[in-house]
Amino acid sequence: MFQQPSESEIQEIITALTQAVPAFLPEIAISVLFLVVLMVDVFNLKNNKLLLPVVSIIGFVITLFLVVGQHSLPHEEIFLGMYAVDPFAIFFKYLFLASGILAVLISMDSNEITYPEGRSIGEYYALIVAMVLGMFLMASSTDLVMMLVAVEMVSITSYILAGYNKTSVQSSEAALKYVIYGSVSTGFMIYGFSILYGLTGQTNIFEIQAFLQQNDVDSLTLMLSALLILGGFGYKVGFVPFHFWSPDVYEGAPTPITAYLSVGSKAAGFAILMRFFRVAIPLDESASYESFLTLDWVTILAAVSVASMVLGNVVAIWQSNVKRLLAYSSIAHAGYILLGVLVADDLGTQATLFYLAAYTIMNVGVFYVVILISNQIGSENVEDYRGLGKRMPLAAASLTIFLVSLVGLPPTVGFIGKLMIFSALLNKGVVFIWLAVIGVLTSVVSLYYYFKIPLYMYLKEPDGVEEDRDFEVGVLANSLVAFLMIVTVVFGLYFTPLSALAKESVYILGSFLQ
Amino acid sequence: MLSLIVFLPIIAFFLILFLPGAQKQAIRIISLVAAFAQGVFSLIIWQGYDSTKPGIIAGESGNVHETFQFVERFDWINLEFGRFGTLNIEYFMGVDGLSITMVLLTALISIIGVISSWTIQKQVKGYFLLYNLLSTAMMGCFVALDFFLFYVFWEVMLLPMYFLIGIWGGPNREYAAIKFFLYTLFGSVFMLLVLIGLYFSVIDPATGNHTFNMVAMVDQANYIPGSIFGPENSLWRLVAFVALFVGFAIKVPMFPFHTWLPDAHVEAPTPISVILAGVLLKLGTYGMLRINFPFFPEVFQDLAFVIGVFGAINIIYGALCALAQLDLKKMVAYSSISHMGYVLLGMAAINTEGMTGALYQMFNHGTITAMLFLLVGVIYDRSHSRQIEKFGGLASYMPAYTFVLTLAFFASLGLPGLSGFISEAFVFVGSFSSEVTRPLAIVSVLGIVFGAAYLLWSLQRMFLGKRREDALYEVHEDEHGNAKIHFHDWKGSNDLDLREYLMLAPLAIIVVILGVYPMPILGLMTSSINQLVEVVVSYTSFAMN
Repeated sequence: MFQQPSESEIQEIITALTQAVPAFLPEIAISVLFLVVLMVDVFNLKNNKLLLPVVSIIGFVITLFLVVGQHSLPHEEIFLGMYAVDPFAIFFKYLFLASGILAVLISMDSNEITYPEGRSIGEYYALIVAMVLGMFLMASSTDLVMMLVAVEMVSITSYILAGYNKTSVQSSEAALKYVIYGSVSTGFMIYGFSILYGLTGQTNIFEIQAFLQQNDVDSLTLMLSALLILGGFGYKVGFVPFHFWSPDVYEGAPTPITAYLSVGSKAAGFAILMRFFRVAIPLDESASYESFLTLDWVTILAAVSVASMVLGNVVAIWQSNVKRLLAYSSIAHAGYILLGVLVADDLGTQATLFYLAAYTIMNVGVFYVVILISNQIGSENVEDYRGLGKRMPLAAASLTIFLVSLVGLPPTVGFIGKLMIFSALLNKGVVFIWLAVIGVLTSVVSLYYYFKIPLYMYLKEPDGVEEDRDFEVGVLANSLVAFLMIVTVVFGLYFTPLSALAKESVYILGSFLQ
Repeated sequence: MLSLIVFLPIIAFFLILFLPGAQKQAIRIISLVAAFAQGVFSLIIWQGYDSTKPGIIAGESGNVHETFQFVERFDWINLEFGRFGTLNIEYFMGVDGLSITMVLLTALISIIGVISSWTIQKQVKGYFLLYNLLSTAMMGCFVALDFFLFYVFWEVMLLPMYFLIGIWGGPNREYAAIKFFLYTLFGSVFMLLVLIGLYFSVIDPATGNHTFNMVAMVDQANYIPGSIFGPENSLWRLVAFVALFVGFAIKVPMFPFHTWLPDAHVEAPTPISVILAGVLLKLGTYGMLRINFPFFPEVFQDLAFVIGVFGAINIIYGALCALAQLDLKKMVAYSSISHMGYVLLGMAAINTEGMTGALYQMFNHGTITAMLFLLVGVIYDRSHSRQIEKFGGLASYMPAYTFVLTLAFFASLGLPGLSGFISEAFVFVGSFSSEVTRPLAIVSVLGIVFGAAYLLWSLQRMFLGKRREDALYEVHEDEHGNAKIHFHDWKGSNDLDLREYLMLAPLAIIVVILGVYPMPILGLMTSSINQLVEVVVSYTSFAMN
């Protein structure tokens, strides 16, 4: 039975809440932005297509400044241990804001979103904003209940966004599949949480860590709970064997949303996964529990990572729909990022953060060009990409660079990301070299399917009568593509700023291994 | 100076990028000017090069200026990297005897390549953009002294090559292009892992940090005991050697990794074949000399015989395959495999003669094979066919062409007085004088016989005798009774025209001069080769003590 809190306790809670507000400003700003976007949609009906994205972006930029201000805050838990303010979370906030801004920008050019006329798009941008808020919460939650709320907030908004094209059967199918898989995975996760609560009597991950370090618990049960929780997070991240939703959802969802899901919610999944496993379940050989268990979550992640890299990269070979192909590619990339996660030291975390940022840049780039192409030719089938090299020179060249970056070839940011991940692995120890070997071999395989796209764009002659006209791509669209391409290359040649930021952000509050 | 040489084509790249695609002539001229400027600067470096400085390894306390020349060294990436101190990637270039030879070759072949590309009509802008990118990457590989920088250049080469074969190539170009890409990428990803391992194993004595500096990696004293490639860790050192070797061997290409080469050559347009055979293949053996052997000298000592065996297989197998070809270009491609075998054999001898022969053979093979591919291009332009058995009797109608081709063939088969002879002679002297490779040398001599066979036989089939019944050209007699030939839709000169002379004459002159007086090139490399042999041999004796 719950006890009635005494007045002093209530006072204490209220003080804690009010004191925490300054550390919560970015989240508050995003919440306000969400409401503002909804209001704008209500009042202004004529210029919504321009006004809504502009308002969203301005809101995001303001939030960005608030996040910058968070660097000076003390690293601590706020809201009575519910929420962490640490460099790790701040890095992810930057990442989510960047992916939110990019998602808004690429939505502006998407025919799927802006047509049909008359459809209210306020809810669309509002949901993108809401999802950023959810991802903020995911990256910072330090309590099982808070984690659940955050994951659900991201999940539910993404279900709606995936099914945004109500008229399209594919989109609806994607949303439905997403809901079903999502509910099952959340179920797993809650089950895991409840077992963990049963074992330790705590919901706060710091308390759980302390409990597990001091007491022996049944290792099999703990493992079961960790596995179930991993399943819940794995569904957001999209690694094998929780990947089944992603090809269908990626193909069916509106392309900007696919891009957004592939970078935003995937990164959020990694954030919560890293925080949970680095903090809650100790990985310290000198601790009192049996050591084979600690070995296990690293081993399990290694197995999952290998399975993702192999399955993602191999199955992608047979895909001819570009979005499906990219879905498998994103499964494979989840595998690469997991390699960084399972290293579980500073270098590994730094590599993971860097890779997530790199992946955001290049993957949004790829999807944006896919949107631009599909606006012109109305198809996402790679065989219809014939001759695009001549008709959309900048977009096609940029797409090639993004793909090169996804393969991991210099001089692109993707190469540096892989370099860092493999460095972290090799530095960790000789046993991890095999993972690196599998990583590089599968990236050779990935070359084959990624280069199917340039193959059709450049190498294959267009069949039939060639229309000798360039496709009109707007100046804004072209400059965004060019910008992303330049960032991809510049960070591939001079990655100090991004890498330094990632290095500063490896500190996870309460993590026992540094 | 070196930066200028490396990045001149990139300047051309950006100039061309902002030109409209219709300005074909301007695009070509910009590329030519860039290539020529590259050539001029290479000559200046050649003039200023002091051949007494050995290179390969750093001087006192890691001072590279004592041994390397034209050194350019800046911090490129300098990053606090957890408990490993600083991540230090340098922009570090310099030349020694190994690289200056290759720089000269690359500059020469780049110029020839641009001239040879003059007739490309399809998407000229895209072609020269990629060509200049490729040119920068090749040159960069040869002068980079930081392993990271080297790797970047090495990988950047793949992409333009893929498109150059894939867009401007022959009918089966898509297959050839992706095969080339996959093979070379497969080799280089393992190089990436070794690169990372080396980084964690090596300390730059000058700074005390981990480093990608290739010069520091040569000195075994800089390897940290207990690190993955530390001196006592012989298993991982063996693994690293093999991984690097396979990466480079794919590029050479060494049997059994050679199958991409005939495909790539047959499909590639003539200038790209020239670049591929003239420069890219050398990158494989250059990498072995610069990276593979001096980094892991004791493994190299142990495996020298195996490398020699693969060299011998390359020589014999390549020659036999060449003998069986009906396509002239395929024959030249297999002859490349055979000739790169000499390079491997010479290196496996681990003595000055063998190594000198190997490096000199790299230069000579570059010039001779470039000539051969250009000559194949000449006949292909006219007849749209490269079938050896579709001609016959061409000598009387195309005398100049026949003369140059005969010269190139003779240089290729190692006729005394032409440059190929000298390098092959060095290789054989070296491999005979080494106990390890002597039996292999004896077997490999057969390669020369087969080489003579396929070259002379195809010479006979194409040029001597009478016109075949099914030949791809017609003979008409004019009113004076002079026979004239005619290729069905060829409008230009039947024999070599001015542009073709411009490409072939410099190469022919070099082949002859270096055959008579090899010192201009040999003189550059001797002290470096001595140093390299010293580095490789001395470490083993140190270990045995």
